[in-house]
Amino acid sequence: MLASILASGLAAGAIYALVGVTYNTMFSTSRVMSFTAGQLAMLGGVFGSMFTLKLGMPIIIGFLLTLLGCAIIGIITEFVAVRPVLKSLDQHLYVLSTLALALMIQQVAAIKWGTEPQPFPRLIGWGSGVFDEKFWLPVVACAITIVGLEYLYRRTLVGRAFLAIAEDNFAARALGLPERNLRVASYALAGVIGGVAGFSGGELLLAFFANGALLNFYGFVPVALGGLGNNRGAILGGIALGLFQQAANFLVGGIFSSVAVFTLFIVVLLAAPQGLFGAATARRV
Amino acid sequence: MTAVTTAPARGEATAFRALLPQLAPFLGIFAVAMILPFVSNDYWALIGTRAAIYWVLVSGLNLVVGFAGHLAIGYVALLTLGAYTTSVLVAGNVMPPVPVFAALPIAACVGAVFGVIVGLPALRLRTFYFAMSTLGFATIVTQIALAWQSVTGGGIGISGPEFPAPFNTAWGYYYLCIAFAAVSTWISANVAHSRFGRALIAVRDAEVAAEATGISKPRMLIAIFLLAGALAAIAGGLFASLQTYITPDAFTFDLSILFFIAILIGGRGSILGPMLGTIILTILPEIAAPLAAWSTFLYAVLLLVIVLVMPGGIAALLDFRNRRPLASNRAIIPRPAALGSVVRASAGGRKLSLRGIALSFGNVRAIDGLDLDVAPGQIHGLIGPNGSGKTTTLNVISGYYAARAGTMQLGEDVLPPGMPALRAARGIARTFQTPRVIGEASVLQNVMIGGTIEGQATFVEALLALPRNRRDERMLGAKARALLGVVGLEMLADVRADRLQHSELRFIEIARALMLEPDFLLLDEPAAGLSGDEIERLAALIKAISRRGAGILLVEHHADLIFDICDEVTVLNLGRTLAAGTPAEIRVHKEVVSAYLGG
Repeated sequence: MLASILASGLAAGAIYALVGVTYNTMFSTSRVMSFTAGQLAMLGGVFGSMFTLKLGMPIIIGFLLTLLGCAIIGIITEFVAVRPVLKSLDQHLYVLSTLALALMIQQVAAIKWGTEPQPFPRLIGWGSGVFDEKFWLPVVACAITIVGLEYLYRRTLVGRAFLAIAEDNFAARALGLPERNLRVASYALAGVIGGVAGFSGGELLLAFFANGALLNFYGFVPVALGGLGNNRGAILGGIALGLFQQAANFLVGGIFSSVAVFTLFIVVLLAAPQGLFGAATARRV
Repeated sequence: MTAVTTAPARGEATAFRALLPQLAPFLGIFAVAMILPFVSNDYWALIGTRAAIYWVLVSGLNLVVGFAGHLAIGYVALLTLGAYTTSVLVAGNVMPPVPVFAALPIAACVGAVFGVIVGLPALRLRTFYFAMSTLGFATIVTQIALAWQSVTGGGIGISGPEFPAPFNTAWGYYYLCIAFAAVSTWISANVAHSRFGRALIAVRDAEVAAEATGISKPRMLIAIFLLAGALAAIAGGLFASLQTYITPDAFTFDLSILFFIAILIGGRGSILGPMLGTIILTILPEIAAPLAAWSTFLYAVLLLVIVLVMPGGIAALLDFRNRRPLASNRAIIPRPAALGSVVRASAGGRKLSLRGIALSFGNVRAIDGLDLDVAPGQIHGLIGPNGSGKTTTLNVISGYYAARAGTMQLGEDVLPPGMPALRAARGIARTFQTPRVIGEASVLQNVMIGGTIEGQATFVEALLALPRNRRDERMLGAKARALLGVVGLEMLADVRADRLQHSELRFIEIARALMLEPDFLLLDEPAAGLSGDEIERLAALIKAISRRGAGILLVEHHADLIFDICDEVTVLNLGRTLAAGTPAEIRVHKEVVSAYLGG
């Protein structure tokens, strides 16, 4: 049983962590938490199943098209739901605009794709039991994403520009960084990360429109645990959440695992509102 | 000049007549609801009943979303909770069956408790977190309803409660739900128009100022979450009976979105707007039947359009009064002489004293061992270059910062460090360097906020509009009008505060602070941005306030004002006292002249 808990916990945790990173990637350049993060991961599964099973494309082409589709949805998020409300960030209108867009995405998926969970293809065909690919694929995808992001942020000029904007938007603009284009790029990147989460977790979660709302919540919990914009916190939080949830699932049963996660979420927010790794709040007076 | 003092004498009848234009739309909607059965069929009974039930929930949710400004997007969970609690209690598959009219109040209690649990994150964090916790709660409630088969019947469901005659016909039930809707409208309007409703808006739009007036955010929010949760659960019970049979599928997330969007379409801080929004959104899918499958999509588009195009909603469209232009040549003419008839003379005697106060931000020593005494009836000036720690000193006194070292005493009592919300009760009021005023509330309401803790009525009394609450309202209203007269803004009492000029906001803040009848008044650069004439009037006003016995701590850059009105002056530099003494001494103090005054 311990092996099952570990396998499914790490797999689910890796998916949650990736959705958390999706949130953070959008947050870093715009200070906006977007409800489309979970929807992007849902679309990763739906697009993947659509391209490979429905349209019969090779896995690798289907994968690339999925990422492209998710990146486009990410860019649409920036243009439709984020850019118009950035001027008045303090009114938190983005909560509503991104929620509206997320609902539209979900509703279109429900109507065009169907409201039943649909199968996702086996991608490689390695492993069985607790070493089945549906368990280790998300973990590997998460690890590759982390390495890729680290490389991007530390070694490339674009990545450093992202960091500069995340650190101090005004100063970055004063230096002449193309803040708008970088923001669009970061939303495309977030789309890709969300797509990777959904595609690698497709065999576990299936191609199901309702995954969006679920992943919105389970992906946000690690962000809340780790502190907004903190990728390391989100990944640790995501893995911890996955293990906690699956342990609760195996030990006390399905209903109570979601109650346990919700309770954990509330307790952590009350005890450490800025997250376990987050920074203190700005001055208020 | 005398008009100011006669304000309190207003009878109930005239008050009602003044309310009539506001009441008329509600009475109109109620009249239409009453005659609906005579002009339509059972199909419309169903829609009307549904709209009424939704409104029971939305009226409570409106206080959370529209007044407190917390984005609760998953309230369908509380509807579900209420529906199942009522159904299970009436069906008696856990304990002996309970009559439906007893089951509803029990469900309301359960809903109230869960309303608070879901709302807990909102006590410390805003916006996205609370939105997420309600969303998460909505997800798990559905999962539990599906999985807990022995109680909820799982996916197969459970039959809803049946109401006894005469409520078991379509129109009988319709009238029952209309009655519930009317009562919840009355309750939510009572709360909205009491000091609690104003405090909610204050916490939403000017949280720091709300704390300084002694409003306790957690207590306010918990009261509202209790009420909203209870109303949502009652709506759930009614909804279950309307459905006759409930499964988890009946409570889709679309319903949550409907409730939420109804409020946003209606507009923040309004009751009529969200009511119209609820009615429109309930009827919309019925008259656009081919689009039924796309209804959530349409709601979402509507939400996006509202956010981007008209954030004020229906209420802003209907707010004709605030579109009338204001007189452009208006002047603030305070009448300090009238102060005596409004504010009692301060008992005095107690001194506010700071000893060895120290506070650092990181490595910066903002205040470094400061001693300061403010005596009752005296004006104490606090001056110094930028960054010398003047405002920080005010913030330490009013509790926004807890000093690292040193003590604060009010007479014999020690002032606890931190805890800004407790300062008002100790008679310390303040204004802010940038005025912190609620833009969407009227000038009068803004001033009334200042007296929130003076009110006697409890939340329940306010909810039911009992006599003590009405007395509070009359007292606060009359006092606020009188104080607006004192600061010279009574002509603008009913104008939205965000339409005013900067200098007028400064005087509003002073009026708001005076509502407390403070023993000590902390003024943070009250003359900044004022014209020369206005500064002279301000000086007279401050002098009048101190003559009533209040001690005043005045942070200011206008040296003329300071030397003109202060009894004592302390000069700060780099967080330390550079000099202290009478204005005459300070004016010729060598170091002060070279460090600050120039010359």
